[in-house]
Amino acid sequence: MEIVRPTTLDDALAARDALPGADLLAGGTDLMVEVNFHHREPEHVIALRRVSEIAGWEGRRIGAGVTWTRMEKGPLRALAQLSRTVGSPQIRNAGTIGGNIGTASPAGDGLPYLAALDAEIEVASAGRGVRRLRWDEFLVGVKQTALRPDEIIIAAILPEVMPVAEEFAKVGVRNAMVISTVSACVMRMPDSTWRIALGSVAPTVIRARRAEELLGTTAAPRGSLLAEVADAVAAEVRPITDHRATEAYRRHASGVLVRRLVGRCAA
Amino acid sequence: MTGTTVKVPVRGGVGESTMRPDGIPKVTGNFAFASDLYADGMLWGATRRSPVAHGRIRRVDIGAALAMPGVVAVLTQADTAGRRTFGLEEADQPVLAAGAVRFWGEPIAVVAAHDPDTARRAAAAIGVDIEELPPLSDPEVAVEQGSVVRHIRIRRGEPDASGAVVVEGYYEVGQQDQAPLGTEAGLAIPDGEGGVDLWAVSQWLHADHEQIHLSLGVAPDQVRCHPVGVGGAFGSREDMSMHIHLCMLALRTGRPVKMVYDRAESFTGHVHRHPARMWYRHEANEDGALVKVEAKIILDGGAYASTTSAVIANAAYFAVGPYRVDNVSVDGYGARTNNPPAGAMRGFGAVQACFGHESQMDRLAARLEMDPLELRRRNALGSGDPNATTGQIIEGSLPTVRVIDELAAIPVPDPADPADVRNRPGGTGLTTDPGDIRRGIGYALSIKNLAFSEAFDDSCEASVILTPMGAEVRTAACEVGQGLAMVCQQIARTALGLNHVAVVFTDTSEIGSAGSTSASRQTQMTGGAVLKACEELRDRILTEHGGDDLTDDGVVRGGEVVATLAELCASGPIEHRVVFRHPETFSTDENGQGAPHADFAVAAHRAVVDVDPELGLVRVVRVDTAQDVGTALNPMSIRGQIEGGIMQGLGLAVMEELVLDEGRMLNANFTDYLLPTFADAPDVECRLVEEPGLWGPFGAKGVGEPPTISSTPAVVAAIRDATGLELIRAPVRPEHIVLP
Ligand SMILES: Cc1cc2nc3c(=O)[nH]c(=O)nc-3n(C[C@H](O)[C@H](O)[C@H](O)COP(=O)(O)OP(=O)(O)OC[C@H]3O[C@@H](n4cnc5c(N)ncnc54)[C@H](O)[C@@H]3O)c2cc1C
Repeated sequence: MEIVRPTTLDDALAARDALPGADLLAGGTDLMVEVNFHHREPEHVIALRRVSEIAGWEGRRIGAGVTWTRMEKGPLRALAQLSRTVGSPQIRNAGTIGGNIGTASPAGDGLPYLAALDAEIEVASAGRGVRRLRWDEFLVGVKQTALRPDEIIIAAILPEVMPVAEEFAKVGVRNAMVISTVSACVMRMPDSTWRIALGSVAPTVIRARRAEELLGTTAAPRGSLLAEVADAVAAEVRPITDHRATEAYRRHASGVLVRRLVGRCAA
Repeated sequence: MTGTTVKVPVRGGVGESTMRPDGIPKVTGNFAFASDLYADGMLWGATRRSPVAHGRIRRVDIGAALAMPGVVAVLTQADTAGRRTFGLEEADQPVLAAGAVRFWGEPIAVVAAHDPDTARRAAAAIGVDIEELPPLSDPEVAVEQGSVVRHIRIRRGEPDASGAVVVEGYYEVGQQDQAPLGTEAGLAIPDGEGGVDLWAVSQWLHADHEQIHLSLGVAPDQVRCHPVGVGGAFGSREDMSMHIHLCMLALRTGRPVKMVYDRAESFTGHVHRHPARMWYRHEANEDGALVKVEAKIILDGGAYASTTSAVIANAAYFAVGPYRVDNVSVDGYGARTNNPPAGAMRGFGAVQACFGHESQMDRLAARLEMDPLELRRRNALGSGDPNATTGQIIEGSLPTVRVIDELAAIPVPDPADPADVRNRPGGTGLTTDPGDIRRGIGYALSIKNLAFSEAFDDSCEASVILTPMGAEVRTAACEVGQGLAMVCQQIARTALGLNHVAVVFTDTSEIGSAGSTSASRQTQMTGGAVLKACEELRDRILTEHGGDDLTDDGVVRGGEVVATLAELCASGPIEHRVVFRHPETFSTDENGQGAPHADFAVAAHRAVVDVDPELGLVRVVRVDTAQDVGTALNPMSIRGQIEGGIMQGLGLAVMEELVLDEGRMLNANFTDYLLPTFADAPDVECRLVEEPGLWGPFGAKGVGEPPTISSTPAVVAAIRDATGLELIRAPVRPEHIVLP
């Protein structure tokens, strides 16, 4: 196994161009698990930790190399909340938002936040330069993305207009180091509309559009509307039964989580 | 040399919370575990396993693997020189499968190569052609078809006896794994004369030794099993894993061979706890006195016998719990299926039965509108009573009422600060607001036999050697992290009156069997042997030298030192070797009646849980306990066993389960086989109830298993209390609470 350790984005992109089969390594907390399980046996690895252009976080632009530990201490409430739930302190020190996006697991805890915000993923290649894809153009299936073999994820780009209230929650069977059985992020926007995104209940992270419509611009939904929203969410998620949880439980928990989060975001 | 001496009591003797000799090296990373073993020129082994749960092997083609550069040997069953099967109770498990495979992950061939990667690739390159057959994966169907390792039948008292109040229940316990943090690892080194030395994780070197030399087809003295650093066992090292494979590869290649299972292979490479299905019927009088208990228990033993016959016996003998009942009927079946083999795990059959009988006691208490502890107190089994199942009179101490009372006396402190989300169900997942939480409290009691049972000749050898420095204890018992080295040291210090005691774990060629590190037995058994050896050695020396005391200064008579340790050892160290046995036990008759057990211990647990019923999430807030320990030889170490045992019991109550699909494991990894983390750990307060036992050293009883047994039903009872649900299965999953 050969490791390339570029320190600039140009060098990283050049290496990516020269070694199209190479695996990109950020914190390694997903990649090394695959290597340990022999699911991947990299011949070439491009290590991104020294690439300064993707390590920064300025305003709406979160560099791919930003770690959970930084986001946990950052100013964005739901992002900090979800970062706190990732793995353990060791994992949060190493793992990055770019790696979470790159893995594109339906259970990736950073993804509901990006979906709720309609964030964009910025990618670049040596040949074609920079392009931006909306989250749902980028995350196309279970662990599948629109990233081309010569591209690198540069940053997550958050929108100009940010929510007035945002909350995240995640259901897992134990209180640390657990893969989400359901995760949800709910936001109330300045124009009083709602955003609802869920993880682990479909092949990719999804938005609960029907429930968003039901909420309309109600600033403080209560009683029967909340119950309707919960039912709508339970109906529109597309979960599976596996050894972690049943489909029925995931539907139910999706509704409950969203109902609670809407309550927390209410004016 | 003579001189006066002042008697100074030994330090670090019995009753003190001394430090472990292996404690600091383990915490600082200087302790060598089996995975750290190394020998110059060693090869690496790997195992080819069955990809199906049941099938006929048509062909095994080793050609491609053998041809790979770096591969030195590929062995199949045809290379087994001696007995082709092994097993602790019944040698029914092939060393390497041929003809048929009977469980998913069964070893078919082994490889030795220059490096672990090549070995793994070569194992994968072995061509295995298997005709897949439908697996027998349902233990109830297995019992119907007569596929049973052992049926144990207990009939005591009047079958027609009846009580005014009847409660019935069906219960299930899922499959727990020991999940030791250190995976299986070992190193075999050929001696150049046809024999082999093996260092591999174990709980019982002599049992390994016996099975290994038989399968290798060599004389007993050509195999030596050595102690190694074991990173946890909990029963999983009682059966062998890679042991014979390593020795075969070492003998074939003439080179040292090492193997280390990775986490996934560890899950398939060792036996698990038996999953259980249980049907219960309790009849009682209006005042709560039990009249009759009937039970049927099916344990799934998987594909091979392992220790199933002893585990199902335990489940049946302790099917009633620590209660007096005159009329009992139990049928226990150890089923043989195509699931992964089940064997020893902490609690050994008593765990499953305890979930059944304690769930029943709560149902009965609810029916009678009686306090659950009061019902248990009224029926408590005590010293002098006959055990409800076997009729065996309990001869030693059995402070069942005291553990109940001591438990009840532990105050329930105020709940931890609910403003801290880590104290809530769901923790930092932020699922749960304080208003979503309901609290519940649950209780459970357990009883467990200590040491080996049913007429097994449970002999245990130890030696003590007096040197000019002090004393050295030698034993082939396995220290697996439980603190045996420390407790042997404490016993020897107190018994000899000497401060300087070293404990040396030695191999099978040097000393006789110490028996297994299991059944909560080593403190009683090896501890008993060490005590006996030390007392006899001290007596022997004092008699020879007319002394009235032995100290670090030497033999003392009337306050004068008459012989120093160096003088005593002038013609060499003085060794004294003993074999220790506990009181004899007996097989039971065709009705399961008799005296199969050597000693008993009881424990009581109280769990406090917070439940978010709408999401089915549980936070175990605290688990308090009172435990019958005989005499506390090392209170800190007992606390360690209690806290760890409660974590393991909590795991079985709310998260730990191997999920099988037609015999295939779906979660053979730590991503999905969930062990409780520190974020899930409850607060624990424990009371050690000391009523000296019959025969353990200084009255000590084994303490390792009881903490795990009743903690599981206590946690589930607390969840029932919080939710009002029946919850007939452990582990309780969120969907059982939300969508019962
Ligand atoms: C014990 C443990 C617990 C975990 N718990 C959680 C959890 O609670 N929630 C959760 O969401 N995840 C969890 N994870 C998964 C993992 O930590 C996260 O997905 C993390 O964000 C991955 O980031 P990384 O930097 O380590 O990625 P890496 O492992 O370095 O990379 C992951 C993938 O993304 C690709 N990649 C990385 N950077 C880029 C880039 N800039 N451009 C293009 N592709 C890139 C890599 O090639 C690889 O395919 C856990 C993992 C472990 C081992």
